[in-house]
This record gives sequence, structure tokens and C-alpha cells, in this order.
Amino acid sequence: MSSQPLPRRLSEIVDEFADLPRDLKLELLLEYANALPPLPERYATDRGALERVHECQTPFFVATELADGHVRLWFDAPDESPTTRGFAGILHAGLDGESADAVLAVPTDFSARLGLSDAISPLRLRGISAILAAVQRQIRAQAVS
Amino acid sequence: MSAPVDTAPKLQAYAHPDRLVTTDWLSAHLDDPSVVIAESDEDVLLYETGHIPGAVKIDWHTDLNDPVARDYIDADGFARLMSEKGVSRDATLVFYGDNFNWWAAYALWVASLFGHPDARLLDGGRQKWIEEGRELTRDVPKPGATQYPRVERDDSHIRAFRDQVLAHARAGGRLVDVRSPGEYSGELLHMPDYPQEGALRGGHIPGAANVPWKTAANDDGTFKSRDELSEIYLENLGLDADEEVVAYCRIGERSSHTWFVLTHLLGLEHVRNYDGSWVEWGNAVSVPIERPGLPVRPPL
Repeated sequence: MSSQPLPRRLSEIVDEFADLPRDLKLELLLEYANALPPLPERYATDRGALERVHECQTPFFVATELADGHVRLWFDAPDESPTTRGFAGILHAGLDGESADAVLAVPTDFSARLGLSDAISPLRLRGISAILAAVQRQIRAQAVS
Repeated sequence: MSAPVDTAPKLQAYAHPDRLVTTDWLSAHLDDPSVVIAESDEDVLLYETGHIPGAVKIDWHTDLNDPVARDYIDADGFARLMSEKGVSRDATLVFYGDNFNWWAAYALWVASLFGHPDARLLDGGRQKWIEEGRELTRDVPKPGATQYPRVERDDSHIRAFRDQVLAHARAGGRLVDVRSPGEYSGELLHMPDYPQEGALRGGHIPGAANVPWKTAANDDGTFKSRDELSEIYLENLGLDADEEVVAYCRIGERSSHTWFVLTHLLGLEHVRNYDGSWVEWGNAVSVPIERPGLPVRPPL
């Protein structure tokens, strides 16, 4: 697990999770799932602009916008997949509005610091790394073009 | 004390009608003290979003698996889990869950390793309960602990290990690979739309027939009728009631579903679930693998 510092809000979320007992971790993850903002209208009508993340166990889509070097994140996951929504909620709360450089610097294994491995199977936890990797890939693609 | 058997007409056609309940039956038994309802899901947060009133949660990963070895919990672990969840040995344990009862069937299969006498599945699972607009709650029950006895796990009847499966394949025994056609052929190393789980080789166990697990289910999550299931597994696949059958998938969860169908709905008496499945077989050194159009390597 890398020990590189995380952007402030993401780091606070990691701390928030790290000390909780297992059941409360799941409750907190559910709060992040519920707090995930809905897709803006423009994506709801133009789903082609969304990228599917295949590593997630459920249909999951991500769109990353870059303006003035800052990142806006949009996610779409079904209500009946609260775990995946929770992962997206953590990334949204922790990274939306951060600079592109800060988001690109987040190590893909940061999720290990959430201490969720006693509550969630490793296969499923890989989903959050896959979502982050998709976000970072989209940022790099836009930075180049 | 066990709860009465569901007398719904559809269930009576199955070999063991006492192993299934309908949503109507469960609705009428929500307050029955002889019934414990347990939700087992693929998505570990779904229970927290709302569950059938009175249901406890049993997590396939953290509750049923040993935390260190790739194996199930032992007699002490199972007795402790059942006691914590308020299950007594004579309780009617009704499992239900998401995704066509995958993990619910898996949890029922694990309970069967410990011989829990009355374990049933909710036909249609979580999906049907919700689609019918039935009540959900976020209240987590706090059952009083029971004195569940310590019962040794019996792996000899319904569970198969790798070496046994190899011997079974060499003897020309019946094997049912319940994965998707792409996984069976070796084209995919994982379920469609799912992440790679670390199998180094693709293909299937030599001689296995491919009948994806979902073939047994209707779109609403319920099981197909006895006649439809007989056609699929007995007439078309040609399984016999008294022969040895081994079912497998990638870690034994989808094949628990098929195990339930073959054992309890069709009444086959010698069906075993190979829970090591492809994640073990596809990584094991020098076990024979079959791929379409290629000779089995190494030869059986």
C-alpha cells in the first residue's frame, strides 16, 4: 500500500472509514451511496458521452469533465447496486472539483486505506480502483487533446 | 419446531416441495417464531438499504468463509453464527437474496453441509418480493442468542474436491459447467461484465456439459416449473436420478443454484458442488483442460 498523501477531502474520508467497526463502515458506505448526485440532464439524454467501467460487477458509467485544470466527476450506477454507488460516492465527495494534477496523483490502491477488506470481498473492492483508473484515463485523454 | 410446508400448487410438482416457499407464504409467516429469514446478497450493502421485516443478514464472504483458509467455517464457527442470528437447530431457515438467489442458494448449500434440517429458499428472492411491492424495512433485528449445537461439517455428500473431480472426470462421470458459454469455451477468463478473478487458463473440465445456471430461472427470479426443468436437465442433458453429478462454476456460487435445482427440484440424489471450481482448476498445475477443437491437455 502506498503512503503518498491524498487530496484533503479524500484523506478525511479515509480517516473517517479507517477507525470504524465493520458494521458502521457499511453504514457509512451506504451514506456515500445515497449522497451520490444524479447525472445531469445532458448525460441522461446523451449516454454515449459516458464511459462504461467493465471491472465493476454492475452496469457503471463515468464521465469526467475538465475545466480550467479542475475536474468535475459524474457517475451513474443502478440503485440496486449500493456498493458500487458507495464507491462512486466516495470518489465524488473526495475528488470532485480537485485539480487534474491532484486527481492524477491519487494512487490506485488508495482504497486499501479505507480498511474495507474485512467487510467487502477483494474482488468487489477492485471496483473502486477501476473507477479511479477510468477517471484518471479520461483526464489524461482530455489533457492531451 | 418447523413451520408448515408451503402448499402452493407450483411447488408441489417439485421433488422436495418443502425446500421452497412463495412470497405469499413468507408474508403470512413474518411473525412466525419458528421461522428465521436470512438475506444473502451479492451486493453486501443491499440488506442495509432495506430488507424483509425481521430478516437477518448472512454475508457469504465474511460470515460463511474461513477468514484465512480458502474453506468454509467449521463446526464452532457455524454454531456461533447460527446462535448470533437467533437460529435454533429446529428453526425453519428461509434464505433469499439478490441476483436470482445466487448467494442465497450458496448460503443454503453451506447450511446443508452442516445438515441444518429445515433450510428453504424464497422462490423469486429479493427481486420478486420488491416487484410485488411488499414491505421492506431498515430495522435490524436483534435476536436473542440461541444454543445452536456444534455439528461437524460433512463434506462427503454434497461437496466435491479437486482430486475427486479429477477421478470423476477420468471415470467419465457427469459434469455440469454452469458458467456462460464464453467462460466454458475458454474465450473468457471471467463472467461477462465481471472483473478477471485470476484464472490463468481458460476452458473447462474434460467431459463437462455447459448448461448456464440461469437456464433454470424465469425472468422474475423464480425457478422454472418441474416440467421445464426436467426437459432441460433430464431429457436434453440426459442426467439420471441415480448417477453421480458434479456441478461447478468459478467459485461455487452459481453452481449452488444448479445444485439446488438438481437436488431439491428434480430429486437427483448424488449431486455435488465443486466449490473450488474454475478459480482452482484453471490455476492448478497439470490438470487436464478441454477447449473446443483441441485435444484435452494433458490427456485424461
